[in-house]
Amino acid sequence: MAEMTMIQAITEAMRTELKNDENVLLFGEDVGHYGGVFRATSGLQEEFGEDRVFDTPLAESGIGGLAIGLGLTGFRPIMEIQFFGFLFEVMDGVAGQMSRTHYRSGGHYSSPVTIRAPFGGGVKTPELHSDSLEGLIAQTPGISVVIPSTPYDAKGLLISAIRSNDPVVFLEHMKLYRSFKGEVPDEEYTIEIGKADIKREGTDITIVSYGAMVHEALKAADKLAEEDINAEVIDLRTVSPLDLETIIESVKKTNRAMVVQEAQRQAGVAATVSAEISERAILHLEAPVGRIAAPDTVYAFASDEDAWLPNAEDIYEKAKETIEF
Amino acid sequence: MAEKTIEAVENKFETFQILNEDGKIVNEDAVPELSDDELKELMKRMVYTRVADQRAVSLGRQGRLGFYAPVAGQEASMLGSHFALDKEDWIAPGYRDIPQLIWHGYPLSKAYLFSRGHYKGGQMEGINVLMPQIIIGAQIVQAAGIALGLKKKNKENVVITYTGDGGASQGDFYEGMNFAGAFNAPAIFVVQNNQYAISVPVEKQSAASTVAQKAVAAGIEGIQVDGMDVLAVYSATKKARDNAISGNGPTLIETLCYRYGPHSLSGDDPTRYRTDDENDPWEKKDPLVRFRKYLEEKGIWSEDQENEIVEQAKADVKAAIKEADETPRQKVSELIEIMGNELGPNLQEQLEYYRAKESK
Repeated sequence: MAEMTMIQAITEAMRTELKNDENVLLFGEDVGHYGGVFRATSGLQEEFGEDRVFDTPLAESGIGGLAIGLGLTGFRPIMEIQFFGFLFEVMDGVAGQMSRTHYRSGGHYSSPVTIRAPFGGGVKTPELHSDSLEGLIAQTPGISVVIPSTPYDAKGLLISAIRSNDPVVFLEHMKLYRSFKGEVPDEEYTIEIGKADIKREGTDITIVSYGAMVHEALKAADKLAEEDINAEVIDLRTVSPLDLETIIESVKKTNRAMVVQEAQRQAGVAATVSAEISERAILHLEAPVGRIAAPDTVYAFASDEDAWLPNAEDIYEKAKETIEF
Repeated sequence: MAEKTIEAVENKFETFQILNEDGKIVNEDAVPELSDDELKELMKRMVYTRVADQRAVSLGRQGRLGFYAPVAGQEASMLGSHFALDKEDWIAPGYRDIPQLIWHGYPLSKAYLFSRGHYKGGQMEGINVLMPQIIIGAQIVQAAGIALGLKKKNKENVVITYTGDGGASQGDFYEGMNFAGAFNAPAIFVVQNNQYAISVPVEKQSAASTVAQKAVAAGIEGIQVDGMDVLAVYSATKKARDNAISGNGPTLIETLCYRYGPHSLSGDDPTRYRTDDENDPWEKKDPLVRFRKYLEEKGIWSEDQENEIVEQAKADVKAAIKEADETPRQKVSELIEIMGNELGPNLQEQLEYYRAKESK
């Protein structure tokens, strides 16, 4: 067991799989010799060689095509999109192609691709680096979307993503890369994709969240606890497909729910979670399902990020409103 | 200065031709080493494909096929290039490139299922080919990946990918060639310049006077070929393949050809953008006509042989359509089952729902 940041846990997961399976390839812009713009792939080219860990030309669509083609010839590609805002350049590769490989070949071919990409606000990046675009891919059949919030989850989920024979988008929140350390076992382990995790047990309200908002929700839960309100915080971990069983079970226990996301209200996956709760547990609800999300503007200019991003205070207030409904 | 540079570049891309419109050899040194049997096989494939195309158009008009992109006029371009391949080579086709798949082992019945929109048309068992690509350009970046995969596995094989003249304007066209070039990967990029992207003539795609010169942007070999001349297309592809497997990187081949029919059977009316005057010169260039003359001159092709192929093609089409007709209709539950290697809880739930509905 070691104390690791999330980015160290991510590197460790890739190292584990590069070692375990010679078909695992890692590529993207600056991931090779340089070790990635966030050092996520640091030391991996040195350890496994240029044949396994390599740089590509600067073209996201080309990287997506490369991953699909390598997947078809027996490799297990981990491709990196430097920042998820650059997804639009490879939207066809991800949503128009690899998500459909298995289906359109009637099950004959697969795209065992893991797409790693950093995203998320709070670190004052320039334009189109921090946007939360998970909702776009969550609307795409045939591809899973995983968003870890702790070093432990990141390692186990990334190993699962790499081993999956279907494509997985693995989104890494930039603010969580190095903001805290957590216990991460040295040995390899997996966490099932599509399984949520209860990060804090409670009886009065269910707060469903993911990414950096999990930590904001936990902070809000601490504050609510001071008033003897016990919030249950669910970390989705996989935003597509959703672990509805865990969510519904929790709502049936607490009878109140809210969904928290960093994405704009019209984006993300909160509306889907809310709809599923309404459809499956309406008779258990004492209040409407609340939502906390960013305003429906383009992602904030860096200097206004703090005011724009949802935070623990917003969550606390909405929770009170839901409790007092 | 700039004008002169472009002129100098464009002069490097003269059309490569071996057989002229009268079936005469005009480039003796370049004649490929093909046996009489191989030459006859090439003719057979072109005739067969012309007949199968006529039948497919007719079946499409009767509503017995769905999406279909006619190929008449492109036989030399499609089959001459395919003839240079090895059975283990990969093909990343566009939606018009069904004939190459057929001669690579894709059953005609599956081509018909693909046309009708049935998942069994995409099951490519036993052949190294992708499903026909609808997103113009996507096959080109994927081909770069396949090429790198073949290189990494140390295979003595190549991937060939096809697009049209319009496709050469896509970003993925450039990215795919550039990636293959940067990785020195064994890929052959064929642009079948049939003069039109639906209604838009090639002159409106680019100020470049050839598509072949676009290879320069990727730093790879490029050649423009008479795409109505099967020997020239074969020869250029063979050379590109030899280069690729010797580790000398990819090649872009532009084939100048023409489609006699409409863009597709989905409502395209070529009379709205082409005139009979324009069609005439291309009729004279028909790849079948000139190759037939060449083979007859050599005394290795006769009308009887040709009729035999025509009958064979008609019989095969009939049998394949029957096989397609007999394929069970697909169910929603089957579409769910083919979504992935593992199904998420949402799909599991929906699978149960549709299975119950279908068993009523």
